[in-house]
Amino acid sequence: MSEYTFNDPWWLIILKVLAIFVGLVLMTLFTIWWERRVVSRMQNRIGPNRVGPFGLLQSLMDGFKLGLKEEIIPKTAHLAVYWIAPVISATMAFLAFAVIPFGPMVSIFGVETPLQLTDFPVSVLYVLAIASIGVYGIVLAGWSSGSTYPLLGGLRSSAQMISYELAMSMSFVAVFLYAGTMSTSGIVAAQEPIWYAVILLPSLLIYATAMVGETNRAPFDLPEAEGELVGGFHTEYSSLKFALFFLAEYINMVTVSALATTLFLGGWIAPWPLSLWDGANVGWWPLLWWFVKVQLFIFAFIWLRGTLPRLRYDQFMRFGWKVLIPASLLWIVIVAAARVVRNEFSVTTQELLLLGGGLLVVIIVGSWVLQVRSERRERAQVEAAKAEMDKPFDPYAGGYPVPPLPGQEFTYTSRRAKAAVVEGTATRTATAVLPGESADAPVPSTSDPEEGTHA
Amino acid sequence: MSTDNMSAEDVAYESAIDDDAYADSYDTSEGRVFTLSGGDWDTVTPPSEGEKERIVVNMGPQHPSTHGVLRLILELEGETVTETRCGIGYLHTGIEKNMEYRTWTQGVTFVTRMDYLSPFFNETAYCLGVEKLLGVTDEITDRASTIRVMMMELNRISSHLVALATGGMELGALTAMIFGFRERELILDIFEMVTGLRMNSAYVRPGGVAQDITDDQVARIRETLPLLKKRLKDTSDLLVDNAIWMGRTVGIGYLDLSSCMALGITGPILRSTGLPHDLRKSQPYCGYENYEFEVQTTDTCDVYGRFLIRVGEMHESIKIVEQALDRLRPGPVMIEDKKIGWPARLSIGSDGQGNSPEHVKEIMSESMEALIHHFKLVTEGFRVPPGQVYSAIESPRGELGAHVVSTGGTRPYRVHFRDASFNNLQSTAAMCDGSMVSDVIAAVASIDPVMGGVDR
Repeated sequence: MSEYTFNDPWWLIILKVLAIFVGLVLMTLFTIWWERRVVSRMQNRIGPNRVGPFGLLQSLMDGFKLGLKEEIIPKTAHLAVYWIAPVISATMAFLAFAVIPFGPMVSIFGVETPLQLTDFPVSVLYVLAIASIGVYGIVLAGWSSGSTYPLLGGLRSSAQMISYELAMSMSFVAVFLYAGTMSTSGIVAAQEPIWYAVILLPSLLIYATAMVGETNRAPFDLPEAEGELVGGFHTEYSSLKFALFFLAEYINMVTVSALATTLFLGGWIAPWPLSLWDGANVGWWPLLWWFVKVQLFIFAFIWLRGTLPRLRYDQFMRFGWKVLIPASLLWIVIVAAARVVRNEFSVTTQELLLLGGGLLVVIIVGSWVLQVRSERRERAQVEAAKAEMDKPFDPYAGGYPVPPLPGQEFTYTSRRAKAAVVEGTATRTATAVLPGESADAPVPSTSDPEEGTHA
Repeated sequence: MSTDNMSAEDVAYESAIDDDAYADSYDTSEGRVFTLSGGDWDTVTPPSEGEKERIVVNMGPQHPSTHGVLRLILELEGETVTETRCGIGYLHTGIEKNMEYRTWTQGVTFVTRMDYLSPFFNETAYCLGVEKLLGVTDEITDRASTIRVMMMELNRISSHLVALATGGMELGALTAMIFGFRERELILDIFEMVTGLRMNSAYVRPGGVAQDITDDQVARIRETLPLLKKRLKDTSDLLVDNAIWMGRTVGIGYLDLSSCMALGITGPILRSTGLPHDLRKSQPYCGYENYEFEVQTTDTCDVYGRFLIRVGEMHESIKIVEQALDRLRPGPVMIEDKKIGWPARLSIGSDGQGNSPEHVKEIMSESMEALIHHFKLVTEGFRVPPGQVYSAIESPRGELGAHVVSTGGTRPYRVHFRDASFNNLQSTAAMCDGSMVSDVIAAVASIDPVMGGVDR
């Protein structure tokens, strides 16, 4: 056990646990304030600025208020599950942070220890596992509320998180291939010369998309789509239980940002201009770099929320399954192939780049061909639409009389002309129906063709 | 209900409905009465043979995106809506009935509160009707008509801005929402400056408008327009080419021309089918034939098309407002006929705007007849010759018609409004059946119903 906790003494482990817990709660309070201020700025508003300096204590006060509110539990709720769901959500959100490295070796009360609670050879998989359990909190909350909106929200959420976890975990594969380890500190150490964000950019893009879906944030905030499902899975929750969901959502945001920092932005390692300074990567300074990087991702979250409308459920699932997952599979194949080629055959980087260039040319030519074809198809469609417009205008075509649109012309047919046409059909039908009758058989004299057929 | 001839199924169902926590039922002399509060049908009535389980969701009357108190009763199969119904009447305030107990002029104060996003249209439709009954349509001064047009077109912009803002919010575009309301504020400031009130201003009166606008106010409106133009572009830039927005709106809420005709749909929904039907062009009122503007149409029949139409109409409205400002010539804003024209002689005093001291002096100490006339006109009102008229104008939501009936008294016999929201709301089911829950939101947002106008 102790080899996973860096041989820390017990009091240091407890100290680290406490620090992470308190840190995450503070981070949540800060993030809520930060989000509200940034979005306000984007929307020409001011945002919270009354409680504390710059309104920093606003979310703390909101938290107090939330805790003191009356709790309303629906009569139809399944009580045990209804209670346990927010607990699962919040607990899992905290747990995932155990393996995130914040900094290098530091000295805490004379003990040399890294700024990380625990690490083991598969700690990234541990984060994924914990995130999956977190889904239960949402599903159970939706199901146990005994109400339709939460049920739909819970269903959407489970489908969404499971789908996006796939894309998310696949985006890790390339990182694992390069780092040769799944331990978070190992991956950070492997990024010493260059970040994976640079060499594995497609992985980062896939992960960044998946992490927004995974945390149910705009534009992928379908489970709590306010306009549709009121509050989604937490519609029927109030008071502290609601606060727990709220807390979990923001901690998850921090967690996925921290994971992105760890896997792609070199964790706590100082970025380029800072890394020229020798003291940048030792002591407590890296904690600051780490924090700034995490905040960058959180800013991106907020920016998205301020800019984009929400996707529709099916479009979102289609995007996940038909775009993100195939794209990550393709990328994994490319990365793996490149690694194999480099390891097995003695190919220089130059040749590899040439090969990549050749592939790029093929892709560009291919997309040009596709473009030309789609343009031709579009032109054909326009022609077809034009041909449709050239047809004589029939006001009854849609089942209800309509006036002519601009470009269409209504040609007036006199009643007599119409009657003549109808008379013609009537006689024809009549003769067709009654071929064996004698000539002086009563031919329906009506002008209605319907009656003629019935005769 | 006797238990003698009940099958086992019926007994189970009876006990099931008695257990329902929300949908209570009780026996009356007329039979059993059920309280329906949504949820699963099988708790209310046993499913018929071969029928699958149905979920009925009451979206509203309290729901973030039902435009006030619209109640949508959706029958769901997963995320797909199989049946949509509208429940209305939650904002019924008896405006039409109340008007029968007030003078013709006081009616304006009621109608302005109907469709609260387009008060000037309500007022103008009503006043045009009353003026037609009085036979004074030609005597309305140019200045009054021009001010009416200007206020209506500014109102059209503010109404469309709310439509875009709330529509954006419902589809998750929060910044579009804030931007929409921010721009609307510019226009509400103009309203406040001109009429004294941001909403419910009761500004358009039978015979003209309540008070004149000053040159300062005209200058300030002129200053606002370029800013408004720039900001409208910002707002539409956020959405017009946005892939997610298009994904949510293109092809959604489809309603073609023949359906529009069958359901009596007007306004942007009708124009999104490509039919350039606009009462401002087809039967001009208030001198609209003298303004240059284009009727916005698209041929997509969908939510996106309606969105584009609203954006386009806002720009056209700015054009009309500019022309109206250019056309403003000094002159009276109330009809010459002293038997009709409201004796509002207002002036600006040290404590703000109030009764003109000259007018007060005249009626209080100079002319007894003037006082009597003032008193009679304000308390009793003027008489309107018997008859009935229908006057229709193009409101932001479509044809807004006022059917005004008089029996020759000082109060209307009946005033009925054909509010575009009410008729357009009929298309909800046609647009939404078979689509997804999210599409219902988009479709209803594109109808842009205002419940104050629907229920009146």
